Amino acid sequence: MYTFSSKLKTLSIVLMILGILGIGYGFLSAPKNTADVEKILKEEEAHHGGGHHEAAAAPAHEMPKVLPAEEGHAEEAHHEAAAPAVAVTSADSTSVKLLDTIAVDSAKVAVAPVTDEGHHAETKAGHVEEHHLTAAEEKAHHEEHVNHVFHQLQNKPWSALYVACIFVMLISLGALAFYAIQQVAQAGWSPVLFRVMQGITAYLPVGSVIFFILLVLAGLHYNHLFVWMADGITEKGHENYDKLVAAKSGYLNFPFWIIRAAVFLIGWNLYRYFSRRNCLAQDEASDNSFYKKNFKMSATFLVFFIVTESIMSWDWIMSVDPHWFSTLFGWYVFASFFVSGITTIAMVTLYLKSKGYLEHVNNSHIHDLAKFMFGISVFWTYLWFSQFMLIWYADIPEEVTYFWTRIELYNLPFFGAVVMNFVFPILILINSDFKRLTWVVVMAGIVILFGHYVDFFNMIMPGTVGDRWFIGIPEIGSLCFFIGLFLLVVFTALTKAPLLPKRNPFIEESKHFHY
Amino acid sequence: MSSNKVIYAIYNDDDVLMDAVKKTRAAHHHIEEVFTPFPVHGLDKAMGLAPTRLAICAFIYGLCGLSFATWMMNNIMISDWPQDIGGKPSFSYIQNMPAFVPVMFEMTVFFAAHLMVITFYMRSRLWPFKQAENPDVRTTDDHFLMEVSVKGNEDDMVAFFQNTGAVEVKVIEKH
Repeated sequence: MYTFSSKLKTLSIVLMILGILGIGYGFLSAPKNTADVEKILKEEEAHHGGGHHEAAAAPAHEMPKVLPAEEGHAEEAHHEAAAPAVAVTSADSTSVKLLDTIAVDSAKVAVAPVTDEGHHAETKAGHVEEHHLTAAEEKAHHEEHVNHVFHQLQNKPWSALYVACIFVMLISLGALAFYAIQQVAQAGWSPVLFRVMQGITAYLPVGSVIFFILLVLAGLHYNHLFVWMADGITEKGHENYDKLVAAKSGYLNFPFWIIRAAVFLIGWNLYRYFSRRNCLAQDEASDNSFYKKNFKMSATFLVFFIVTESIMSWDWIMSVDPHWFSTLFGWYVFASFFVSGITTIAMVTLYLKSKGYLEHVNNSHIHDLAKFMFGISVFWTYLWFSQFMLIWYADIPEEVTYFWTRIELYNLPFFGAVVMNFVFPILILINSDFKRLTWVVVMAGIVILFGHYVDFFNMIMPGTVGDRWFIGIPEIGSLCFFIGLFLLVVFTALTKAPLLPKRNPFIEESKHFHY
Repeated sequence: MSSNKVIYAIYNDDDVLMDAVKKTRAAHHHIEEVFTPFPVHGLDKAMGLAPTRLAICAFIYGLCGLSFATWMMNNIMISDWPQDIGGKPSFSYIQNMPAFVPVMFEMTVFFAAHLMVITFYMRSRLWPFKQAENPDVRTTDDHFLMEVSVKGNEDDMVAFFQNTGAVEVKVIEKH
């Protein structure tokens, strides 16, 4: 039996307290009203020398420094008085047409300041007229801009919380999927690790509850994480009316969305609960009936999982950018948290092994886990690149804005994630001997986990805070809180059952596994 | 002293063979070669063979392939004739890189795989029309043969190998 070391317990509680302080600071330091935002903008103006309006005059083929951050959110994106046409909310038909005319006459695109106020861009056969702003219009634009930044800054602590919460919860879901696969595949190597995996998935119920509360709070308009929840967005004639979101409202409406979320979370948690219970019952059983039950249940779960996982990725991540869609997104999200789950299994295993609790785990088991970390990292990259390259190559305006904002505003996190999740693991974990070395696997694991946090950050932040992102106190605080909670829950769960399943039919093979 | 005499110890079971190899190594007889009809897991370790470096070769070949693909496409698409093809930016390699990645990937795999296989053929001296080297035809079917060079007392050695469970022990003059 494992006993929770008091040092680790203290560490996890300290992390949680620091995390709560960081989260609290994030909420307290977020601007309360637009007056605060005015102040912030003034200060920035002083720093940058008023970069906003200069950007407008930049030639269109040089990507503008300041983009409308909500790439698809027409209702909010009006603020830049004159953003180059290409960057303008492309999803609405006026600007798509506009792009076409510009494409015909690319020489004249050089200065294409377009006010997309109400999408009445004035174009005549490829010529874009200078649009002089009256003082009143200037003021209206400024107010809209301030309002827009206000929403982004208010979203910041919420997004930080949301990203950390979903990431850590999905890690335990990834571990759960891996566990189910091991059972269904009747893997001979992994049964000695089942209890470790069950320990990691013990976070799932706790994480699900917190995550579900966050979803409900979003639905109750405590934040603006999901633009499609805005008031009147589906109402014709309302100032927030968005015809694209309205067209999707049959799927993207709060009641249906929250019910789906509840069904998914309950489904996953039920599997986790019963699978663990059967596994423990199998220890005391005189036949293999519980093992067989688990086998069937795992197979069913995997079917349920892959459907719900896909929908979950649309609901909780893709709907942050409701104008954008991608078909392989579900797989992409899956690969991201699956590899994080496997990495976490490897790291917890190595920790327990180093404390002498996993007698039968040898470096062949570690080698296998490291191979999975390596392979799934490459798989993640394959999906990342497939999604990126297909959209980049075809360059369809309504799709490409997604990557445009990310490359322009999130350049370092966007490409940094590829380095951390692909280049680093592929170079370090390709060596068979390295995959058996604890410090190498731990180091690669830390980089992979951080890389996938950044990956989730990249998925959510551009749609909620846009160019106002920063990995600062609210983000790190949220991550600390959930890591602390994760450690506390996981290592408490590990103390509840022996770390070696007794009567698993493959346990002997697993104990003597050697590669 | 007949320096080119060898003993052929023939076994009909891989477990017996493994034991025999371990005993032979413990008795400090030099194993020239072992012939088996199929890969025997752990035989290389028991014989004390050095691990293969083929994987390292493959990695380097892959890097060569990657470099070659990069050089080739940069030369063709960017340096030599940077046309505007469907609006793809051909001002620098990095700007159009995503379009080149499929080629870069395939070239890496192609070079790594093919050059590694050729390296394997060369290192194991395999080519068409090569004279087969198996000392006993049964070693390709169901028998295992260990070849040990004779040093010292030939009769003692024969007795030693008969004790290792061999179904047949022969002394052969090698040319």
